[in-house]
Amino acid sequence: MADRIEVLKTYKTYVGGKFPRSESDRTYQIKDGKGKHIANACRCSRKDVRDAVVTARSAFGGWSSRSAYNRGQVLYRIAEMLEGRKDQFLRELQLAGIKEKDAKHEVHTAIDRVIYFAGWTDKISQVFGTVNPVASAHFNFSSPDATGVVGIIAPEEYPLLSAISMIAPVIAGGNSCILLASETNPLPVVSFGEVLHASDVPAGVVNILTGYRSETAETISSHKDVNALFSSISDNKFRKLIDENASINVKRTEHYTPDDWYSDDHENPYLVLKFMETKTTWHPVGF
Amino acid sequence: MSVLTIPDFNQTTPIDQIGVEERVSRLNKRSIKKESKLQALKLALSMIDHTTLEGKDSEGKVIQLCSKARLPYAPMPNLPHVAAVCVYPNMVATAKKALQGTGVKVASVATAFPSGMAQLHIKLDDTRYAVSEGADEIDMVISRGEFLKGNYTFIFDEIAAIKEACGEAHLKVILETGELETLENVRKASDIAMHAGADFIKTSTGKISPAATQPVTLVMLEAIRDFYRDTGSMVGMKPAGGIRKAKEALQYLVLVKETLGSAWLTPEWFRFGASSLTNDLLMQIVKQETGVYQSINYFSND
Repeated sequence: MADRIEVLKTYKTYVGGKFPRSESDRTYQIKDGKGKHIANACRCSRKDVRDAVVTARSAFGGWSSRSAYNRGQVLYRIAEMLEGRKDQFLRELQLAGIKEKDAKHEVHTAIDRVIYFAGWTDKISQVFGTVNPVASAHFNFSSPDATGVVGIIAPEEYPLLSAISMIAPVIAGGNSCILLASETNPLPVVSFGEVLHASDVPAGVVNILTGYRSETAETISSHKDVNALFSSISDNKFRKLIDENASINVKRTEHYTPDDWYSDDHENPYLVLKFMETKTTWHPVGF
Repeated sequence: MSVLTIPDFNQTTPIDQIGVEERVSRLNKRSIKKESKLQALKLALSMIDHTTLEGKDSEGKVIQLCSKARLPYAPMPNLPHVAAVCVYPNMVATAKKALQGTGVKVASVATAFPSGMAQLHIKLDDTRYAVSEGADEIDMVISRGEFLKGNYTFIFDEIAAIKEACGEAHLKVILETGELETLENVRKASDIAMHAGADFIKTSTGKISPAATQPVTLVMLEAIRDFYRDTGSMVGMKPAGGIRKAKEALQYLVLVKETLGSAWLTPEWFRFGASSLTNDLLMQIVKQETGVYQSINYFSND
């Protein structure tokens, strides 16, 4: 069977609970560490971004109004499903040339991270909500509220771990998101879409696009229906583009470029809080 | 022989449903980009009958609707205003006053809209009332029950009577195609309406689903084309209900252009009955002008 031509998988995107190809019909080659062609991925266009934003927007209302407790259950379910399909992710990471030991470490940390944020969903508003002293006859309290649609721009390194570390806090807070996956190795991230699909995450809460940032970042950062950006690209020119475009409608922007994605520092509730707005209510007090 | 022969409405004009659907889907693939897209979006905006037909309508809402009709998007004052505002008869006077001197027309539904289940004299009174309040255009519904019974003379006479009651006002005849079951019936109802004196034929009330669809619109456009060939008079077309996206609006414009030609591509002969289409058109226009995708949060509701 030496002459057999291997069938290379073309990974699709994950938008609105479905797995569409790019509307542009374009794909690009994914290579392993040694430059060998291992699979194809969709090369998304600005129209794919536009469609994903529409989907994320329509999913936002339902997701943010679920009870925090229920969101926690759904996140926990993601971790369960990841655990069950661990082998697939190990294989995919190794296919890209990552050593087995490192791949295991990456997958395990990713699963634990989802569990961590699952626990925070129904505690955020207790811990960070406040009752404020005011000088009038009002009961005044503040609580964190979901921001809306968040554009996540994932880095090249540790494709699975970094993507999950960015998605988990965003959806834990009740936002919906569009993730621009790693350019060089988006495969495990797209497979993560299959996990999301099989768990109870409502369609459109997480949308995963692949392709070149040079074609998609401009659109997602300037789109006025995107409320926040979460970017892990350290390149200065890229940061400038993001910041300038974010200013069009004053998006909440977070540049997050850690040295070590394995560090426990990522497991912190302030990351959830970055994508929440403070809502303050004045309630008249009767006598 | 009289100058204008009324055809025998018991004869059915056969419609090739597969052919209609194929033609629609072929025309939908037409790509309109850049400058022509912007022109088309502005044209579509100028063809809108900005509509509110809810039981909860109030004067306040109608006045707000009128100010949007006059100036759809304040940051771009050079955009065209919409063609008309479409309201219930008791809101006509409010709308008329709010739109004075703007060129935006006031259309009113009448004749026991949306069901049309009332006696003729009530429908006539309803129509005369709307006209006396100042309506420039009357949107009437046909009696679908009588139509489906095969009582075509009843439909014809009713439309003719309402037309007479309209006086100077333009008459749009709503066929409510969602209740007519077949494309042959749509064609027949279009023919009856046009021969009975309709200035416009309109697909739907917007109260039942399916409302306007492109195959139905194509059949009606072809009826208008044939009527024009036979009699030399132009009749307008108004798809209404369910058209929410700018992209669909452009597809409708292509249907009109390819079936009737450029002469119909004006607000005088083609209208969209819609409420949420306006904002989507505006969002696309602003996108074309600024290059940035827009959010509904930055556009007023009414």
